[in-house]
Amino acid sequence: MTSLSSPGPDLRTGAADLLPPRSQRGVVGWMRENLFSNWLNTAITLLLAYFLVRWISGFVDWAFVNAIWSVPGNNTTACREARGIGACWALINEKHRFILFGTYTYEEQWRPLIACALFIALYVVSAMKRFWNKWLMAIWAVGLVAIGVLMWGGVFGLTHVSQERWGGLPITLILSTFGIVGAFPLAILLALGRRSTGMPAIKALCVVFIELIRGVPLISILFMASVMFPLFLPDGLNIDKLLRAQVAIILFAAAYLAEVIRGGLQAIPKGQGEAADALGLSYWNKTLFIILPQALRIVIPPMVNTFIGMFKDTSLVLIIGIYDILNAAKTSIIEPAWQGFGVEAYIAVATLYFFFCFAMSKYSQKLEVDLNRGMRR
Amino acid sequence: MAISNTERSRRSAQGGGFSLQNEAVRAIFWQVLVLGIVALGIWYLVSNTIANLEARRIATGFGFLGREAGLPIGEAMIAYSPTDSYQRALIVGLLNTLKVAVVGIVLATILGTVIGIARLSKNWLLAKIASAYVEVIRNTPLLLQLFLWYTLLQGLPGPRQAMKLGEGVFLSNRGIKVPWPVWDDLHVWVVGALAAGIVGAWVYTRNANATQARTGKRPPVLLPNLGMMVALPIVVWLALGAPLVWDVPALRGFNFVGGATLTPEFAALTVGLVVYTAAFIAEIVRAGILAVPKGQWEAAQAVGLHNNRILNLVILPQALRVIIPPMTSQYLNVTKNSSLAVAIGYPDIVSVANTTLNQTGQAIEGIAIIMAAYLTVSLSISLFMNWYNKRIALVER
Repeated sequence: MTSLSSPGPDLRTGAADLLPPRSQRGVVGWMRENLFSNWLNTAITLLLAYFLVRWISGFVDWAFVNAIWSVPGNNTTACREARGIGACWALINEKHRFILFGTYTYEEQWRPLIACALFIALYVVSAMKRFWNKWLMAIWAVGLVAIGVLMWGGVFGLTHVSQERWGGLPITLILSTFGIVGAFPLAILLALGRRSTGMPAIKALCVVFIELIRGVPLISILFMASVMFPLFLPDGLNIDKLLRAQVAIILFAAAYLAEVIRGGLQAIPKGQGEAADALGLSYWNKTLFIILPQALRIVIPPMVNTFIGMFKDTSLVLIIGIYDILNAAKTSIIEPAWQGFGVEAYIAVATLYFFFCFAMSKYSQKLEVDLNRGMRR
Repeated sequence: MAISNTERSRRSAQGGGFSLQNEAVRAIFWQVLVLGIVALGIWYLVSNTIANLEARRIATGFGFLGREAGLPIGEAMIAYSPTDSYQRALIVGLLNTLKVAVVGIVLATILGTVIGIARLSKNWLLAKIASAYVEVIRNTPLLLQLFLWYTLLQGLPGPRQAMKLGEGVFLSNRGIKVPWPVWDDLHVWVVGALAAGIVGAWVYTRNANATQARTGKRPPVLLPNLGMMVALPIVVWLALGAPLVWDVPALRGFNFVGGATLTPEFAALTVGLVVYTAAFIAEIVRAGILAVPKGQWEAAQAVGLHNNRILNLVILPQALRVIIPPMTSQYLNVTKNSSLAVAIGYPDIVSVANTTLNQTGQAIEGIAIIMAAYLTVSLSISLFMNWYNKRIALVER
């Protein structure tokens, strides 16, 4: 028994004899292979290493060694003296509540904090395959209602906070989440419509909508929502600006998502639909139970990528004056004392965006491998 | 006696029974229903809009285009002053959009290709730096990056303490100043020689291809072509007595005079677009190269082709087939993303049209102009890229 689990000493020395020479294994071997394989590679490595060390040490000096972490009151003299040498993280120290939650009532800011945590929890739960069943819808419904209650208040003894005061991270999360949730059903209908063969009028309608939206920048649609939309509605009916931006984002996301879903529909072999027809299933039964489950499964990774794009694109709402996290950061440096420290504010927000998007893109890559496992031989 | 199943389906297929069981009838029913709802919705919105426009006394139509704009534009490629019409202001904006899009597409393609190849490098350090670049850039919003670039450029010293990068090249918070050659009428001949050289090189390459197809031997191409495109204009220029005067920027008082300027807005927008798009293009190029199996290289080597011929004749044609379609959408993205110019104050079409609609109050016309401009540009790029894609597509039997 023991001889099986641990081979005798003679065997081990025999294996050692068969190892490659010292210069080709271990750290040295790896470096010779990957960094210094020939004179050109050596030159590239040395040059890059030189710049990397210089740049990183410069950045560390600026961001950590010479950085100013806090200042008394709003007195930024120390920051101004360290300008160009050290970062002024005191700005973040002072303004992080404003950047994260905008002008939301200061004492009540635990509410948007919990709302953001709930959003992240919803993303994490949806990412776990274990929850990919009918309960997911219920979890989302409960989660979104809870977020709404927390943000608006007015019930359960929470004071009401009007929508104009919302800002920062919750706005970014609301716009992107509801954007994709609202766009999804619309996108499925558009993709099915574009693929339909028997109804040329509906197909034309879908093609025109998709191509029109994809042909113009998101800004023009946001402008439309902000200045044209009020003209569309009857007198007296006024829709909040945030909701108008939300509708614009939903329409925009739907056009892009429709093309992703259409890709999935095209990848399903024709035989699947024909087999369903042969069984006598109706169009909607065939679509809901045979075609869509397979098509959507294929396009989950590209849909996550679309969501990442949407998440980044919500920052454009600052152009029509909505206080998302980027706009809050931009506004935080308007005060004269803090003027000129934009780089610090933007780097802080960029880190936050990176955290969200990087996690999602890594997840989508992992998912792609997971979902393809059954296809690989 | 009941009619048989086959009889019933035959009847319905002929459109005999006018019921919802008939597929053709159902299709018409749904189309009429959907179109009707859409038409009703549009009619509702249009009637509301007309009522609102009347109530608010907003003029309609494009009559305002001929009126004096009175809006100053920082940089224009054609002569422009605030006394010019809105129409001219919008054309200036459109030209600025096209300028930044063209420069952005060219530079992003070059940078993206370099980074995409670097990510595949055998050098571990180079590959890791390239992939770190791609991850960081792709996972942060473009608008944020634009703000960062713009803030960095504005943080530069003023003109008096400008950084001197070379003879007559200055970097300051007013942008980048570079020397610019003064136009001489004799230069027409040089440009003419360049055009003739390009046409000559094209004809020569076609002939060389034909010769190769006929005899199997390829005449030298690179040197004669370079000679026609580079040497010919230089010879013409020298023959004319080498006329060239540089307009060198110099500090006068508080600002520079002379030379050409890259404004901070243009520089920030271009750098931002190029850096952002290059990360996406790098991934496309990498995927394209990886899509060509290794056996293709080996087979081409076995046939006895030179390395650069392998690349040109075997690898690139196959890789391009994978690269072109996603590249097209990136080019469209550069064009559409250039609209973010409005956030940092570069006078592109969106920014000019936005000011126009604020001044005139004619929101519908302003947004229609923006959308029409982008749709035209987008459609032209897709048409061109589709044509190119068809040219290089796999010819199947």
